[in-house]
Amino acid sequence: MDAHISVQNLHVWYGNLAALTAISVDIPRHGITVIMGPSGCGKTTLLKSFNRFLELNDTTRISGTVAVDGHDVYAPGVDVTAVRKRVGLLAQRPTALPMSIFENVAYGMRIHQPHLDKSALAIQVQHYLEVAGLWHEVAQRLDAPATALSIGQQQRLCLARGLAVEPEIILGDEPTSALDPISSRHIEQKLLELKQRYTTVIVTHTLRQAKRLADYVIFMYLGEIVEAGPAQQLFTNPQQERTKEYLAGVF
Amino acid sequence: MGIFEIRSDAGRDTRPASARHRQDAIAQRWSLRITFIPLIVLGFVAIALIVRAWPILQTYPLIALLFGTVWKPSAGQFGLWPFITGTLWVTSVGVILAVPPSILTAIYISEYAQTRTRLIIKPILDVLAAIPPVVYGVWGLLAVVPFVESVLVPGLSGALGFLPLFASNQPTGFSVLAGGIVLAVMITPLIIAVIYEILHTVPNDLRQASLAVGATRWETIWRVLLPYIMPGIIAAIVLGASRAFGETIAVLMVVGNVPKVPTSLFDTAYPLPALIANNYGEMMSIPLYDAALLMVALVLLVVVFIFNLIAMMILRRFVR
Ligand SMILES: Nc1ncnc2c1ncn2[C@@H]1O[C@H](COP(=O)(O)OP(=O)(O)O)[C@@H](O)[C@H]1O
Ligand SMILES: [Mg+2]
Repeated sequence: MDAHISVQNLHVWYGNLAALTAISVDIPRHGITVIMGPSGCGKTTLLKSFNRFLELNDTTRISGTVAVDGHDVYAPGVDVTAVRKRVGLLAQRPTALPMSIFENVAYGMRIHQPHLDKSALAIQVQHYLEVAGLWHEVAQRLDAPATALSIGQQQRLCLARGLAVEPEIILGDEPTSALDPISSRHIEQKLLELKQRYTTVIVTHTLRQAKRLADYVIFMYLGEIVEAGPAQQLFTNPQQERTKEYLAGVF
Repeated sequence: MGIFEIRSDAGRDTRPASARHRQDAIAQRWSLRITFIPLIVLGFVAIALIVRAWPILQTYPLIALLFGTVWKPSAGQFGLWPFITGTLWVTSVGVILAVPPSILTAIYISEYAQTRTRLIIKPILDVLAAIPPVVYGVWGLLAVVPFVESVLVPGLSGALGFLPLFASNQPTGFSVLAGGIVLAVMITPLIIAVIYEILHTVPNDLRQASLAVGATRWETIWRVLLPYIMPGIIAAIVLGASRAFGETIAVLMVVGNVPKVPTSLFDTAYPLPALIANNYGEMMSIPLYDAALLMVALVLLVVVFIFNLIAMMILRRFVR
């Protein structure tokens, strides 16, 4: 397997609470990897270890390595903003920045490509809004405040904003949990379209969504990985008792 | 907690339901009445000031009082302009000196500091905010005035004295600048506290949305947080200005108190609160003197009231 992200012996503590214990797993390039498991088992923590969001909390301690294309993102001297530019995150709650729709998408580009001229910027903004499937709904009101959009539209706007800095990896932390069913399907559809070009890692707590999206599955329980493998194999022929129980809806 | 324990010791409440409801109604009525006391006090103070200031408002047009430049009560001249400009100068200098470091400090504590650092710095700032003004006044007298006189006047006035703002027109350190420095130190903790609280109402999701695309903390602060909290920063500045505007003792100890319109940072000043504090109760035999001073008090009350109203209206938006 061509591993895009390779986690080796990762431990994470929040204060004294061990949230992740001895995690080692490879995440394949392209396609959608789904992280499943009951609430509180460390899915978000594992996901946020990939874009170095764990360190936003100053009680967090981390040991082990998370390598993207073979380079440990926790190695000394690594530019954390460069990591986050490569590894985009779609948050659980859609969060439009308090600025216009246009500026939301342009936000990261203005930071990473400050010399981009106006027309080039406009072309890029349109492109990413199209990729996120939002362009036709907002083309006439790009200067309107983004917070006026519906929640579902805001999540697609967040997708556009994330894609606009050209990441290689898209992380999604239950990205549809705040959305209505139609908006959820919309996001799922987009993720399926994008998986040819991006390595996508999605946390979900709904089994049905996992089955719709997953090419590869990581099943976690109490801060450890119980089982990981291709979706087909894990859903039809799980090796571990816990996985079987979870799939059967025991917990 | 205690009340409940006594109750439970005494056994079950056997009074009829109507008695309990009556008790509840009385409690509600009285807590409501007591809550309105501050409002009533404010009303009484305002009415008293209006009544007592009335004679001078009838004798001279308000414009003549506010913009008159000569203060000679014994000659019947009550021009307040030197005091109004004195207040404006000292307040402006204080606010201008206080705001940039206050914003940066609030940002540091809220956005950069580790929890432990925050837990140390916050109480220190709260203590600074609680130091009695007269202490700041003494510090101003012993440290700031000499500093202005021996360092800032030769330095700034020497280099930039050709600008009226920095001209040295009198030999002492008692000056607008000394007052401004003392005020800046006094209002800084207040402004920091307000901005810090506002930063705390900003949802973390917003910060993370920015950081997630590879923005630095500073880019997040500059491009997202500051625009978002700008109205709150303005409210914090207004509150600080209001505090500075009404500050009396600390300022009057260091500004020289000469009733002359200042034109330079190194001129003396005589702010409105100092005028009242220095003179009320003395020479009250002069006709209209008392009314003039109480009119000044009324002006202070109205201005501070309006400042606070504006700040509160803005801050309402930031309730979490
Ligand atoms: N910021 C934090 N501080 C302390 N404990 C946390 C924090 N975030 C998560 N935890 C704890 O770490 C464990 C894993 O959390 P999380 O990764 O959010 O789980 P999941 O996303 O699977 O629900 C939980 O027990 C949770 O309570
Ligand atoms: Mg989670």
